[in-house]
Amino acid sequence: MNGAVRRLEVEPRVTLLDGLRDVLDTTGPKKVCDRGACGACTVLEDGQPIYACSRLLIESAGRSITTVEGLGSPEAMHEVQRAFVENDAQQCGYCTPGFVVATAALLARNPAPGEEEIEAGLGGNFCRCGTYMGIRAVVAGPGQAGGDGGGNVGG
Amino acid sequence: MRPFSYAAPATVEQAVSLLEVEGSEVLAGGTDLLSLLKDDVEQVERLVALRGIEDLSGIDASGGRLRIGSMTTLQELRDHAAAMAAVPALGFAIDGVASAQLRAMGTVGGDLLQRPRCWYYRRGFGLLALGPDGRSMVEAGDNRYHAIFPEGDARFVSPSSLAPLLVALGAEATVHGPDGERRVPVEALYRTPRAEGERENTLGPGELLVEVTASVGAARSAVYEIRQRRSLDWPLMAAAVSLYGELPLVDRARIVLGHAAPTPWLAAAAGDLLAGRELTPEQIVEAAEAAVEGARPMSGNRYKMQLAAVAVRRALLRAAGMEA
Amino acid sequence: MADYSWPEADRRGQIGRRPARLDGPVKSTGFARYPSDQNPPGLLAAKILTCPHAHARVVRIDTSAAEAIPGVRVVHVIQGEGSEIQWAGDEVAAVAADTEDIARDALRALQVEYEVLPHFVTEKHRDRAPAAQPGSERTDGDPDAAFASAHRTVEQTLGMPQMAHMCLEPHGQVAAWDGDELEVHASTQAVSTLAGQFASELGIPATQVRIRTEYMGGGFGSKFSPDRWGIVGAELAREAGAPVKLFLDRDQEVSVAGSRPSAFARVRVAADEQGKLVAWDSDSWGSGGLPGASQTPLPYVFSRLPNRRLRHTSVPTNLAGSRAWRAPNHPQACFLTMASLDDLANELDLDPIEFLDRNLEFTGRADVYREELGIAAGMAEWKERWQPRKRSRDSALQRGLGVSIHTWGGRGHASNCDVTVHPDGAVEARLGSQDIGTGTRTIVAQVLAETFGLELPQVRVSLGDNRFPQSGPSGGSSTVGGVCASTRRAAQDALREVLTRVAPRLEADPEQLTAAGGRVFVEGEPSRSMSWTEAASRIGGAPVSAQGRNPGPGRLISSGVGGVQIAEVEVDMETGVVQVKRMIAVQDCGLIVNRRLAESQVYGGLIMGVGYALFEEWIPDPVTGRLLNADMEFYKLAGLLDVGSLEVHMMTGPGYDERGVIGLGEPPVISPGAAISNAVANAIGVRVPWLPLTPDRVLDALAGRGGIA
Repeated sequence: MNGAVRRLEVEPRVTLLDGLRDVLDTTGPKKVCDRGACGACTVLEDGQPIYACSRLLIESAGRSITTVEGLGSPEAMHEVQRAFVENDAQQCGYCTPGFVVATAALLARNPAPGEEEIEAGLGGNFCRCGTYMGIRAVVAGPGQAGGDGGGNVGG
Repeated sequence: MRPFSYAAPATVEQAVSLLEVEGSEVLAGGTDLLSLLKDDVEQVERLVALRGIEDLSGIDASGGRLRIGSMTTLQELRDHAAAMAAVPALGFAIDGVASAQLRAMGTVGGDLLQRPRCWYYRRGFGLLALGPDGRSMVEAGDNRYHAIFPEGDARFVSPSSLAPLLVALGAEATVHGPDGERRVPVEALYRTPRAEGERENTLGPGELLVEVTASVGAARSAVYEIRQRRSLDWPLMAAAVSLYGELPLVDRARIVLGHAAPTPWLAAAAGDLLAGRELTPEQIVEAAEAAVEGARPMSGNRYKMQLAAVAVRRALLRAAGMEA
Repeated sequence: MADYSWPEADRRGQIGRRPARLDGPVKSTGFARYPSDQNPPGLLAAKILTCPHAHARVVRIDTSAAEAIPGVRVVHVIQGEGSEIQWAGDEVAAVAADTEDIARDALRALQVEYEVLPHFVTEKHRDRAPAAQPGSERTDGDPDAAFASAHRTVEQTLGMPQMAHMCLEPHGQVAAWDGDELEVHASTQAVSTLAGQFASELGIPATQVRIRTEYMGGGFGSKFSPDRWGIVGAELAREAGAPVKLFLDRDQEVSVAGSRPSAFARVRVAADEQGKLVAWDSDSWGSGGLPGASQTPLPYVFSRLPNRRLRHTSVPTNLAGSRAWRAPNHPQACFLTMASLDDLANELDLDPIEFLDRNLEFTGRADVYREELGIAAGMAEWKERWQPRKRSRDSALQRGLGVSIHTWGGRGHASNCDVTVHPDGAVEARLGSQDIGTGTRTIVAQVLAETFGLELPQVRVSLGDNRFPQSGPSGGSSTVGGVCASTRRAAQDALREVLTRVAPRLEADPEQLTAAGGRVFVEGEPSRSMSWTEAASRIGGAPVSAQGRNPGPGRLISSGVGGVQIAEVEVDMETGVVQVKRMIAVQDCGLIVNRRLAESQVYGGLIMGVGYALFEEWIPDPVTGRLLNADMEFYKLAGLLDVGSLEVHMMTGPGYDERGVIGLGEPPVISPGAAISNAVANAIGVRVPWLPLTPDRVLDALAGRGGIA
């Protein structure tokens, strides 16, 4: 997980999400719907975006799991994470980790996705505060409409 | 979730013998089953995980046939260029699942055999959702997403994204079980439960869906889904069509509705209407109207009759290359 | 008395700029620890058993099997034998256990026997309600005479159902005791007021309750109280002698943790030959669950309309009580009013913008609305592109434009802020406020940096802790005004003290000194200066600190805003599917502290608005009384590409800036329902009288079936 091998013993019924959050204290992936319908728990499994709430942890044994924390840190952000900051693609921030991971997966697949690819890539993530304009700007990339390159990134 | 044990067989034969034990259930992509277990709608003693059985994955699109292993994920199928070229409509059907995560996790077998989304079933009132008085809770309650072709007491709808198209294509399913292998038309995977406790599929104890196969190239196929959201959302109605013959002459046609009935709904009369005739816009409208003949809408789902006719018409236009 | 004010436009260093939110990096990397992410050592997981019936009496509860499960620490009965339960989802018992799975095992092992009682959950049918509470009728002027002599009248029944707050972080908290001291990591909008509520329920002094909320995952008006699950969580923790995490499951969150009241009304409204409004008559009803629902402000915005008659009936149902939903009562009143006026404009053969314009005298802020309507119309190319309602159905896809206007107060709440200047030059503000996603942390930092002439990395903002000076709950768009005013006053006082101490060194009076660009200098003589660091080093060994309050002296904040929104939709006439293609929002909010965050608030309001206009509704089951869509599958939020292209124009500059800071959270969410409904009517030629605009409702309206079923 996130570049390290983690060994743990849990019951078969423990989901990957509960294992990450409750056992491994990796709380970037969020538990929102817990039924594979909102995207807040998205992680990468062998590079593919999945809903961690709908995968048993035991099914991920031996595979590579990347959570939002594994993409970057506040001091060394992944380019997608930096773009989320620069485009204000977050408000309360609770959906953000899932969106960041799903966006990273989408852009890894297709660096310049069209509308249909965006729909296919991010249609399974939902935000309540309404940060979609920022997320669209992230996906469109620097210099695209909706971007906010002139902003002063403080802090 | 209640506690359960977990088995990860390496072969189909091992899986079958594990599944023969009562209380065992197949775990494919998990996106539906885990929700059912969390909501305590279904209970299992043991999950038999198919992820480790290599034979169940894979796609072969050669020699005029398409073969898709049941554990192939929707995304693997979507990314398979030869399969998409063989049946372009499959791409539309998969894209209807507007979630990269569900496509990466969900399998072809899981899509075909996922359980209905009926909100009474999902709240523990059973597939038939009969109240204590024996009356249908669906009829008396909120049925906006329910069947316009109810059968018996069943008013849920078949939710599969791929089944309508595979039925329209005349695809076959290969099922392994204790007595060996059987091949059935995809529509024969489904049945309408007549009593509470019966399932909506025909797999027996120990049986396992191994693959689906279809001959390709003979038909022009299309699907059309009506969804309210562009983002992840169940279709309100879906239609799949296959037109056989040298268009505009149609030898025969298969028209199948999804989200309309407890099983993928073969609109035979609509298909017959097109058979042996030249396809025209007027014929398409007639067939679309014929597809909803006999529908029996309830208090809140009359609009789905119109959606069904529109979906059939648009699918036919798409298949015939006559889209505006 | 100091002059507390904002700098003139040409002297602003931070105010009005677009800095990125300061907590962006920790949020986008998942490093931000929300209350639900707290995992202290020895943590227990708690879950709540809720009643599956909409109305029932608890006959018997047997907890013995649950208590016998290994790993179960405490079983707590919340509503015991004899309790009458009034809605499905109400709390009956709670369990704390070693893991969440064990807690759920225990819930399944709890045996509760109910006597099921009759329920009512379909308030749309007012006539069937067992406990409808008709209010008194209020009449102003002579509506009957005005209607009798009116040129055109429209009359119809409109309505919108209850909907959910749907906070992504569920309600809940981690509660931990240290002796008699309680620490609660709560997902709340009210850091400073929660302690007293916990204390009185738990029977301990408020001084022994600490509330922490560094981050929280959305509230929208639903997170002002500890709630019963908060108190229960603390009690479980006390009894177990261990920290307890208790957050609601999604179905509980949707069912009991926040909804917006429904609103229905038979509306009659009339105009004269000049297109001036002359009379309004509304017979409204609605429900916010068990408490019913109060009258919405009708007629909305056009509140000075002469000749009005208002009747309202509150309809209690067996559903959990509603909570303040972003701009309480306004979206409902806006829809009922603006849809009615739009239909009246159509009846008068008038362009709806022209019609609104002719009647702005009946509003409180005619000049602002007129200017905003002009800007919005220009952005939408309204004059060129608007057409009267379509009668033809020449193609399946029809486009339409709709407009709506709205208002809100937004005055800053009571707030206290401590500002400290340390001898090393570091500056810190501390206040018992919270950042609920609006960017409070960032704008407070901007006010600090502005006042001291520094850059954002040189200042620090600490909030989310009730040990900091008391600051108001974040509701009603009151936070930005409150915290900016208290921070500015504290910062100006602290700066004055610093300047007083360094003035002799620069051989100047303190009043002659200015702090800007990281330096302190004599106004007009920049050469007589020193760096901020040097200035701070001369304040002495102890830090300088000051406390600022709101309300207080000076002209820093104001209230009362107006906004205009235009929606463009495309309707599939055959399927009834509505797509929002474009939304335009023109909004004033006084002096804008952070342009980027202000725009994000407006985008967010538009997006939430598209949600309730097209997708969102509570679906209570008439049979069981339970919500059928207490999930995120059939309770549909708008997705990334479901909201069309959004354009925001903020009113700034002379006439706006000098009003001071005004809140912005509520206003932009008010108009979308009305604007989108009006756009759909424009596209398809008939009014769909209900929100959300789902395909069944659109097709019903097109088929002439619009009435209450």
